[in-house]
Amino acid sequence: MATFNLNINGKKQKVDVDPATPMLWVLRDHLNLVGTKYGCGIGQCGACTVHLGNIAFRSCLLPVSSVADQSVTTIEGLSENGDNPVQKAWLQHDVPQCGYCQAGQIMNATALLKSNPHPSDAEIDKAMDGNLCRCTTYVRIKAAIKTATGV
Amino acid sequence: MSGIKTFYSRRSFLKVSALAGGGMILSFSWLAGCNPTPEETLTLPKEWFELNSYIKIGENGVVTLMAPNPEFGQNVKTSLPMMLAEELDIDWKDVIVEQADFFPERFDRQFTGGSTAMNRAWKPLRTAGATARKMLILAAAQTWNVPASEITTESGTLLHKPGGKKAGYGEMASKAAKLPVPKEVDLKKVSDFKVIGNSKKNVEGLNIVMGKPLFTLDYKQKGMLIAMIAHPPAFGLKVKSVDDKAARSMPGIKDVFTGKTLADDYVRNGFDTTSFTDLVVIVGNTTWEVMNAKKALKVEWEKIPDKNFEVQGFGGNQKVKIPGGLESTAKHNQMMAEMAKKPGNVLRKDGDPEGAFKKASKVIERTYTCPYLAHNTMEPVNCFAHVTNEGADIYAPIQAPEFIIQTLAARLKMPKEKIHIRLARMGGGFGQRAYGHHLVEAAVISQKLNAPVHLVYSREDDMTYGIYRPTYTATYKAALDENNNLIAYSVKAGGIPESPISRFENRFPAGAVDNYLAEDWKIDSNITIGAFRAPRSNFLGGAEQSFMDEVAELAGKDPIEFRLELFERAIKNPVGKNNDYEADRYAGVLKLVKEKSKWNAGNNGAHRGVAAYFCHRTYVAEVVDLVIKNNRPVVDKVYAAVDCGIVVNPDAAANMGQGAIIDGIGNALYGEMPFKDGAPQKNNFNTYRMIRHSEAPKSVEVHFVKNEIEPTGLGEPLFPPIFGALANALHSATGKRFYEQPFGKQLEAVSRPTQG
Repeated sequence: MATFNLNINGKKQKVDVDPATPMLWVLRDHLNLVGTKYGCGIGQCGACTVHLGNIAFRSCLLPVSSVADQSVTTIEGLSENGDNPVQKAWLQHDVPQCGYCQAGQIMNATALLKSNPHPSDAEIDKAMDGNLCRCTTYVRIKAAIKTATGV
Repeated sequence: MSGIKTFYSRRSFLKVSALAGGGMILSFSWLAGCNPTPEETLTLPKEWFELNSYIKIGENGVVTLMAPNPEFGQNVKTSLPMMLAEELDIDWKDVIVEQADFFPERFDRQFTGGSTAMNRAWKPLRTAGATARKMLILAAAQTWNVPASEITTESGTLLHKPGGKKAGYGEMASKAAKLPVPKEVDLKKVSDFKVIGNSKKNVEGLNIVMGKPLFTLDYKQKGMLIAMIAHPPAFGLKVKSVDDKAARSMPGIKDVFTGKTLADDYVRNGFDTTSFTDLVVIVGNTTWEVMNAKKALKVEWEKIPDKNFEVQGFGGNQKVKIPGGLESTAKHNQMMAEMAKKPGNVLRKDGDPEGAFKKASKVIERTYTCPYLAHNTMEPVNCFAHVTNEGADIYAPIQAPEFIIQTLAARLKMPKEKIHIRLARMGGGFGQRAYGHHLVEAAVISQKLNAPVHLVYSREDDMTYGIYRPTYTATYKAALDENNNLIAYSVKAGGIPESPISRFENRFPAGAVDNYLAEDWKIDSNITIGAFRAPRSNFLGGAEQSFMDEVAELAGKDPIEFRLELFERAIKNPVGKNNDYEADRYAGVLKLVKEKSKWNAGNNGAHRGVAAYFCHRTYVAEVVDLVIKNNRPVVDKVYAAVDCGIVVNPDAAANMGQGAIIDGIGNALYGEMPFKDGAPQKNNFNTYRMIRHSEAPKSVEVHFVKNEIEPTGLGEPLFPPIFGALANALHSATGKRFYEQPFGKQLEAVSRPTQG
């Protein structure tokens, strides 16, 4: 066990956990930020995607000890009222079916648009390929990403 | 208006107050933190007046509609209350939708599966809406002292035009709630619908995109412990002994123990499928700690003997044999090939198939196979349970609470009335969540610990637990006469542990051909199976429709025209009496997809395939367009034509249809769960390949036939035909036929995309 001072969604958070604990479980079990989802635990599904700085990371593969004071953003910290352009586009296209993977999809898409505000179809595919949707809402996700870019 | 009787009054009109003393209360989840959108704009009333189980109206006119069915992505939480809103005649913007708990005394049928939700709710929910509206009218008639027949409604307002009187529903709700329930009400004409048929957005949309805690896995309660179960690494094994010394000493671990869910002599119902009844349970404070400690458990396994179970079935209890032994896919395939050569159990025979095959000018025979599939819902199996002497509180992802409650009651030795099942939004279901073993497991663990417990499966636990889509094979044979007309058709099919065509023997092309034979067989197994999106049809849609394409080719006919000829025969002069499809609706979707895909014009050189299939009372035809990119065929576009009667929530229906199609493409190309010595050979998404963004078609058009037939199923019917349409398009692109799922193996050029 060790104490870690984290910067989550702009707030200082202190947790006392095993240093190997993945951020996924720190967020979910210790900080009650359950929007970040457990899907596979091995970085294959993207349901646990968070931002480390501006970069999308699979939080299931991110030991708490590696995070230090880097800012972590989860779906709960993306916007106050669900009005981030990506979230709004998701609502406009009524993307979700079961909804379980969508926070991860949205976090991945927002990170993509920060680094590449006008991605091509191929760039969207490449960036989003690590995010599984079992309901396969892929066509709508792509349409929503395009809407969010203003295209 | 058509007057229909309220035939369900005892159930739907049972008031909450009548049950309040029973220890069962309705949960008002919107007060507990998950705020749906309306509360942000609607002012909550001081008091609610309940008109029936489904409808509460506040004194200020705000309306709460109950969503009775469990939700796992088909949007029943939005689309079912639309039926209530339509007949109640209120504006959708004034509505709060609330998820009902499992409460069979108050709600008609809280089951989501088999593509039945909309169809089964169509009459009860519209009647509940219309009855509440009538009670409001009667209350206004009494208040204003005018004849009820002179009162009309308009979006939540009662009007007496002759007397110039007007009142909101909220003003009359208190009086209406005290009136006797009318015996008969009028339902709207389809042409008068305002809500039904006009797309409404997902009522949980905002909560989903904000990452609100909607799922069981997100649920927490004070004092809650995390539990995991170690199940055998292979089917055919059970627990022999446990060495828990190392695991117990790990941080955060509270307890390790063994237990049992169902006794061997417990008479199970059809949804009691439980792969492993002996539990090795490990309990601790946090998920990560328990996951780690579970790895430190040393469990010795032993082989199971042959077992016989009694299972409740249609028409009495059935004996089910579960053989011992460690099974493998290679052996399965060999056994199935042997069974396919032997005479089967004859399900239907028309005319003289043997004679017709002998005198035919062309005969074609082809065999199709498919592997086991894992459901792989994104939310792994999990369940919260808190069992005390007073009762059981269960919060679970469960499609079929009505089936598991009797098992819970028997196992906990507790009357059903003391078991409260709250229905969580599920992170996918696909049939797998109809089987409630996880509720029993969590309840047993909680009862033993006398504490609130959250049972969690890892992805690996979830994928290797069983309840798979079975493996099947089918051999089809067709005969053509000298004019290339289909004169005989036979299917012999079987699987492990069930036949894919049992009870499906009256499906197309039965009825469209003079000489027809359907036979089946099955092989017992200890690998558990269960419903998987369009059970059996998810194999047959591919096999039958691929075969039909090859028969059309042999006949030298266009694949759509060939099928239409058969439907024409079934319309004009059907063979036999029990054909389970309406040939004109079947032909209708083929004609619509032909038009929408511009079939005759082709699509800029795309390689095309078509299929049509009927299941869950809905007719679907699909066309797949493949294009060649870097020497590989890639799915570019899909057109679907659907006849499911009235479409209640069109955009949500299209969304689900798109999902079923892309899900089907993924499973057709990549889906399989192989076995070796009883052990599932894949346990996570690094080895179990699922379709990803870059592999999805660019567009999926879903077109609905417009008619006024009562709505039928939609979650499943678009799934099966895509297997056939894809196989036929692959033939067009490669010149090769695809007989074995998953097709990706044969399609060498399809490779795994790189990770982003």
